[in-house]
Amino acid sequence: MAIDLRRFHSTYFEESLEGVAVMEAELLDIERMLQRSGGAQELDAERLNRIFRAAHSIKGGSGTFGFADVAHFAHALESLLDEIRSGRRALDLEVVGLLMRAVDCLRAFLLAARDGAAPPAEAEALRGALERAQTAGRPASSALEPVASTGSGWEIEFHPHERFFHTGNDPLRLLRTLAELGQLVVRADTSRLPAWEQFDPELCYLGWSLTLQKPVARSALDEVFAWVVGDCELQLRPIAAATAPSDPGPKTEEKGATSIRVATAKVDALVDIVGELVITQTMLSQLVEDFTPERLARLRAGVAQLERHTRDLQDAVLGIRMLPIGFVFSRFPRLARDVSAMLGKQVELAISGERTELDKAIIERITDPLTHLVRNAIDHGIETPEERRRAGKPAYGSIRLDAYHKAGNVVIEVSDDGRGLDRQRILAKARALGLVAPEAELEPAQIDELIFMPGFSTAESINDLSGRGVGLDVVRSNIRALGGGVEVSSVPGRGTRFIIRLPLTLAIVDGMSLQVGSEIYILPLAWIAETLRVQPERVSQPAGGPEIISVRGEYLPLLRLDRLFNLPARARELDQGIVVIIEADGRRAGLFVDELLGQQQVVLKSLEPHCARLEGISAATILGDGTVALILDAGSLVRQAYSAASLAAPVALGAAQAAFSTALH
Amino acid sequence: MPTIMTVDDTASMRQMISFTLGSAGYEVIEAADGAEALKLAQGRKVDLVIADVNMPNMDGITLVKSLRAMEQYKFTPILMLTTESQAGKRDEGKSAGATGWIVKPFNPEQLVNVVRKVLG
Repeated sequence: MAIDLRRFHSTYFEESLEGVAVMEAELLDIERMLQRSGGAQELDAERLNRIFRAAHSIKGGSGTFGFADVAHFAHALESLLDEIRSGRRALDLEVVGLLMRAVDCLRAFLLAARDGAAPPAEAEALRGALERAQTAGRPASSALEPVASTGSGWEIEFHPHERFFHTGNDPLRLLRTLAELGQLVVRADTSRLPAWEQFDPELCYLGWSLTLQKPVARSALDEVFAWVVGDCELQLRPIAAATAPSDPGPKTEEKGATSIRVATAKVDALVDIVGELVITQTMLSQLVEDFTPERLARLRAGVAQLERHTRDLQDAVLGIRMLPIGFVFSRFPRLARDVSAMLGKQVELAISGERTELDKAIIERITDPLTHLVRNAIDHGIETPEERRRAGKPAYGSIRLDAYHKAGNVVIEVSDDGRGLDRQRILAKARALGLVAPEAELEPAQIDELIFMPGFSTAESINDLSGRGVGLDVVRSNIRALGGGVEVSSVPGRGTRFIIRLPLTLAIVDGMSLQVGSEIYILPLAWIAETLRVQPERVSQPAGGPEIISVRGEYLPLLRLDRLFNLPARARELDQGIVVIIEADGRRAGLFVDELLGQQQVVLKSLEPHCARLEGISAATILGDGTVALILDAGSLVRQAYSAASLAAPVALGAAQAAFSTALH
Repeated sequence: MPTIMTVDDTASMRQMISFTLGSAGYEVIEAADGAEALKLAQGRKVDLVIADVNMPNMDGITLVKSLRAMEQYKFTPILMLTTESQAGKRDEGKSAGATGWIVKPFNPEQLVNVVRKVLG
């Protein structure tokens, strides 16, 4: 039977890499505990077991799926771990360092095997180091004794112990296997059979004297009896001579594909829902087959049921793409360790909410922005241990990563207890860059916002880590591209907190349908702060500027969608249409449309392959009647509304507000 | 058709065993650790158990002991998956009541051969 093992490769690589991540995380914890305790540490047995199991599984899988060199390396790692686990080798910082390097190497090994690349160069040296680190080395091979040569066959005395059956073994199976090797002469020894009334059917009373009339290797017989050596009396006497068999070699590797692993429970739920759907469909078809008006109520109920199941199915299918944010978070302990070591800082990373689920596509694209923020926090936020001590803080800086659900969004927070944002320096820099008018007075929150401006970076020295020419403006634009936003808050001397808000999924949004002329647009609900009808006297237009509306004392720029998109609108006057207040990145603007048509869920269809990126439009969707509607990009609309005022929006808007107030009063 | 249960915390290993034995015509059920295996075994008749030794929650040795303590699995063949270096675990498994073992790494053909022999 030929089974192509390659079909299992993608699972094997995926879980092996997960195993590597587990080892890394546990080693980091162990290292931190060792550092804390100054080297002496009670070994956490379960922690070590987890590391060992991961190494062991990788070794087993590698051997089975044909990656002999990976298995070889994993074996050295496993052996050292076993020495440590059994207490024969002490676990100190040096060994943890070695294990960490070995884990890195194992990862490189796996990636190389997956992509068909050459194994990592340091593998051999590292494997040697692992082997040397096992002080009490054991013989690696437990190969069977060489073959004893025989003449024409074997005499075998085989007398199972009474409880032989209780290991699930069957003497007849062994006899059959022996008979496959050559002609077998069987004599049963019934001498131990008890009297009938004492006979216990669960015990084995028989023994056998066997003659195998074939000169097979001793190893072949050992193999037959290998499982029962302790469960029987066994004597093997050669009658004459034979040869040894050989083992088949390992197979070759091939490149793997990406895949997604889904919890069985999620798949079960899908199957359930599809089952329900089929039942409903059957019910509906029967109902329609000979339909009478009296059955209308049942038809309605059926359609409602269909709707419910469809929604459930939609949720369940989207759920399959959901992964816990822990997939991203798990890389940060290592990052924090390496970065803080490089900068001579002491940092403790605390993670919570790692089970919060997010769309796989978002997970993949949030990694870089988060990495940037964590690096920044260590580099700019956390002070050196001396500085911290002088400020009366613990030498260990603390960085928190937290994720949670809030109002249909996922929120990720990156916070530190470092020095906080230096507003004076930020403002000075912003003025120097011309981002802020020299005489403008800004609120602290407005100053903090400036760090997201393009080209803004206050780092005095460009170093390895954060000064890579990528600023927070890129972080923000990456997060915006995912339909999310990022804000910062800071308390001088106490720390900084970045709050990232992300949609749960990229595939479906809850939207509001807006009518402008004959066109329908969809605005994602997440951006809508409120909708209202505005009296014409609440609007003003300072010369050359945008229209400004006053909403409960707040002055907001107004965008007329019909003018923006060059459409003939039905509503000319403000009180004929509706103003939708949209909020993005902490700023609000009004959007003037003819009317609101209602809420609905829409499936996003990317515009990208069909046309270039459009300002103010993020995607398209297909409505129930088959027409295409464009989905508005609130972030971009708000930006447009403000840039119509000026680049340094808060400042110019302030001026506009002043002018507006004078005009009103 | 005999039912075989594969117990392994490594999904690729489980898949490989399940697929191989499934292709050989056996009915295969999968469990990710000893605890799950024990639960699955209670509800149905399993004719052969192939279990890994190192698993979270409940390891292979404990699983063997627990199964052997059940009337239904007194005589059921239970094979441990071990590696060359785990001779100690092999003995431990044997004294817990395991029928035998399969040494990792193994290829599909070897697996089917062993299973054919055990299940007759």
